[in-house]
Amino acid sequence: MNQVTQTPLYAAHTHIYPRSVSGRFRRLKWAIVVIAYGVYFLLPWLRWERGGDTGQAVLFDLAGRKFFLFDLVVHPQDIFWLAGLLMIAAYLLFFVTGLAGRVFCGYFCFQTLWTDVYILIERLVQGERPARIRLARQAWNAEKLLKTGLTHLLWLLMAFVTGLTFVLYWGDAPQLIGEFFAGKAPFAAYATTLFLTATTYVMAGIAREQVCTYMCPYARFQAVMFDKDTLVVSYDARRGEGGAGRAKLGGQLKARAQRQQAGVGDCIDCGYCVQVCPTGIDIRNGLQIQCISCALCIDACDTIMDSLGWDRGLVGYTSERKTDTGQQARLLRPKVIGYAAVLVLAIGLLAWSVSQQAAFDLSVAQVRQPIFVQLSDGRIQNSYEIKVNNKTNKTLTLRFSVRGLAQGAELDMGHFSEVSMHPEQRLRLGANIRMMPAQFDGRSHPFELVAEPQGVPGLVAIVHPSVFFVPQQ
Amino acid sequence: MAEQHQGKAVQTTGHAWDGDLQEFNNPLPRWWLWSFYATVLFAVIYWIWYPAWPVAKSFTKGIGTVTYQSGGKQVTTHWNTRAELIEEMQTGSETLKQQAYLEKISAASYDDIVNDPDMMAFTRSMAKVLFADNCAACHGVGGTPAQIGQYPNLRDDAWLWGGDINQIEQTILQGRNGYMPAFGEVLSDAQLDEVANYVLSLSGHSVDTAMADAGRAIFQGKQGGCYYCHTESGKGMASQGSANLTDAVWTVADVPGAADDAARVEVVKTVIRNGVHRQMPAWRGRLSNAQIKLLTVYLQSLGS
Repeated sequence: MNQVTQTPLYAAHTHIYPRSVSGRFRRLKWAIVVIAYGVYFLLPWLRWERGGDTGQAVLFDLAGRKFFLFDLVVHPQDIFWLAGLLMIAAYLLFFVTGLAGRVFCGYFCFQTLWTDVYILIERLVQGERPARIRLARQAWNAEKLLKTGLTHLLWLLMAFVTGLTFVLYWGDAPQLIGEFFAGKAPFAAYATTLFLTATTYVMAGIAREQVCTYMCPYARFQAVMFDKDTLVVSYDARRGEGGAGRAKLGGQLKARAQRQQAGVGDCIDCGYCVQVCPTGIDIRNGLQIQCISCALCIDACDTIMDSLGWDRGLVGYTSERKTDTGQQARLLRPKVIGYAAVLVLAIGLLAWSVSQQAAFDLSVAQVRQPIFVQLSDGRIQNSYEIKVNNKTNKTLTLRFSVRGLAQGAELDMGHFSEVSMHPEQRLRLGANIRMMPAQFDGRSHPFELVAEPQGVPGLVAIVHPSVFFVPQQ
Repeated sequence: MAEQHQGKAVQTTGHAWDGDLQEFNNPLPRWWLWSFYATVLFAVIYWIWYPAWPVAKSFTKGIGTVTYQSGGKQVTTHWNTRAELIEEMQTGSETLKQQAYLEKISAASYDDIVNDPDMMAFTRSMAKVLFADNCAACHGVGGTPAQIGQYPNLRDDAWLWGGDINQIEQTILQGRNGYMPAFGEVLSDAQLDEVANYVLSLSGHSVDTAMADAGRAIFQGKQGGCYYCHTESGKGMASQGSANLTDAVWTVADVPGAADDAARVEVVKTVIRNGVHRQMPAWRGRLSNAQIKLLTVYLQSLGS
C-alpha cells in the first residue's frame, strides 16, 4: 500500500502573542499609525468654504450624486476618474513592491494599522507577552474575566468608532452623528456601522495574521513582483550561523572572539525576533509568504546587538542579490522604470483631466420617433432632447444656438433658448430645429449645437455635434 | 475508538467490516455545524412569516401582511410581491415625491409651467408616459401615426381644432368628432376630379387649370358648399376641425406619398368621394385634471 503523506490544507490556528519592541521601525510605524488615524478620524469633521457656503471638506453625497473633495466637486460623469485613481493605486503598489517589497503590507495596510492598535490595547490591559500567555492558560477567574472582558470591550469600542467614522464620510457629520444617536439616521448608516464594527473587531481582534495569510489576495500576488533586487527583510545566515550554527550566550561562548573561534555565528538564539513577529514566523527560516515586511524583527535584533555591543544588521533589509553575491541591489531596473513611467503617465493624465473639468456638460440626442416632420409651410422639423448639467456652485445662464446648418435654420426651445440654471442644477430640455432644405436628399446633415455661458468671463462654450435629417421627396 | 494512523491517534466510527475495514471519524468543524443550525432556524422563521407550504389546493399564508388601497378601499392581504409592488407604487418615497410635484403643477398656471425649465422637464417626462399609455394607440408613440390619413400628426404645426393651449385642453377634455360628408352621391366623377384639382391648386401643386377653375365653382358654390367649413380661402376653421387646404400638411389624403399628379388627384378625390369620419374620445373623467394639464403642455411643446 502506498503511503500518502499530506500536509493539511488548514492548520489549526495557534494564537500569537506578539512581544512589544522599540526601535526605529517601530517608531516609524507608530508615526504612520498616528497620521493615518488622524486623517481618518478627523477628516469628516473638517469644514470647508465652498462658494460662500461652509460644508464638509470631504463628503460623498450619494443622494445628491456628488462627491466633495475640498474644492473639487466630482459628478457622476467624472466616474472615469475613479478608474484612473484605481490604476494609479495599482501601479503604485506594483512599483513600490518591485522596489522595496511588501511596504504596503507592513506599514500602510489598514489591517496592519488596526491590528497594531488592537495589540496595543491588549498589551495595556493584559500586560506583556508572558503575562498574556499566562492569562490565556489560567483557569477562568475574576481576574481573567475582567482583563479579557475589558480587552474585548475596548476592541468593540474601537471597532464601533471606526465604523461610525466611515459612515460620517457619507453625510453631514455633525448632523448625522446627532441623528445616529437619536435613532433617526437612515437604515444604511446603522447597517454600515454594524457591519464595519463586526468586521473590524473580527479582522483586527481575532483573525489578525490569518487575514494576511489566507484571505488577502494582495499578499499572494505581491510575491510575483519580487526579483533579485527587491528589498526584503531577511536574516544574514552567513553571519548568524557561522560555520557551526547559532548558539546561545553562555559558558565558553560569551565574548565574540570566543564564539568566532568556536565557529559559532552571531545569532545568540534569544528568540526575540520570533516573539515580536505579528504573523508568528521565524525570519531565520528565510523569506516566507506570511512575512508582511513589518520590520519589527529588525528592531528586535538591533536591540539585542546594541546591548551586546555588536554590529547591527544581523536581521535587516537586504536583497537576494546582496545576500547571494554581496553586490548592492540595483535600483534602476527595466521593471521599476516601466512601472514608474506608467505611474507618472497615469497621474499626469488624471491631474490633467481634473484640471480640465468643464463647468457644465451638455448632451444632445435626436428624437428618432418620428425622425422628422414636415410643417405647414413646407419646412422640415427635427426634434432633440438636450441634457445640460450645471456643475458649478453659481447660477449659470446658457444661450443655445445652432451652427453649421443652411441659412434660415431656426432653433425653437420654447422659452428656454436662454436658460438660467441654479447651482448644481440638471435640466432636460426639448428643442425643435426647423429649416427649408435646399434639396430633399434623404440624408443626415451634421451640425453643432452650441451652449454659451452668459456673463461669466473665462467659461468656454460647449459645442455638441448632432445631425439634422432631411427626407427624400 | 482510536486508531494509529501515520503516527497519530485518529478517531474511528467504531465499526469494523471484513475484520479490518474501518472508517475514520472526521467531525465537521464546529462553525460549520452552527451555521447549519442557523440556516435551519432561518427556514423555520421564514415559514412562519412568508407563504411557504402547499396544503391541498391552498398554501400556508404566513403571518406577514401587506396593506394597500384598491378602489378606495383598504385591502390587507398575506405577504406577496404583487401586493408589495402595489403598495410601493402607492406609498413609496418616489411616488410621494412625484405626487407632491404633480400637485405643484396642478396649482401652477400654464404660463408658469412653460416658463419654468424644471416643471417643463417634469411635464415632458411624465406626459411622455401618459401619452404612450393613452394616446399612442392612435397617434403613434412619438405623436406621429405610421401613415398619413389614420389620425392627425401631433408633431407638426397644423392644428385641426386649434393649437392654442386652451383649445388643446378642450380637445383632450371633451374629445372631437371630425366629420366631412361624402360627396360621392352628390357630385359626378368628373366633378370630383375638378374639385380635387382645385383643392390641390390651393397648396401650389401643378394641376389642370381648366379643371381647377371648374372645381373652384363647385367648391365656392352651393353645389359643393365646401367653403362652409374650409372657408373661401381654403384655410379651414378650428371650430369645425376642418383642414387647412393651403399648407403643406395633409392629415387625411396622403398627397406627399403620391407618386405623380394623377395619383395626387386620385387620393384627394377619394377623400372627397367617401368623406371623413374620425372620432377622438373625451378624456374628462378618464384622466385626472392634472394629467390632462401635463398632456396639454406636452403636446403644445411637440407641435408648435
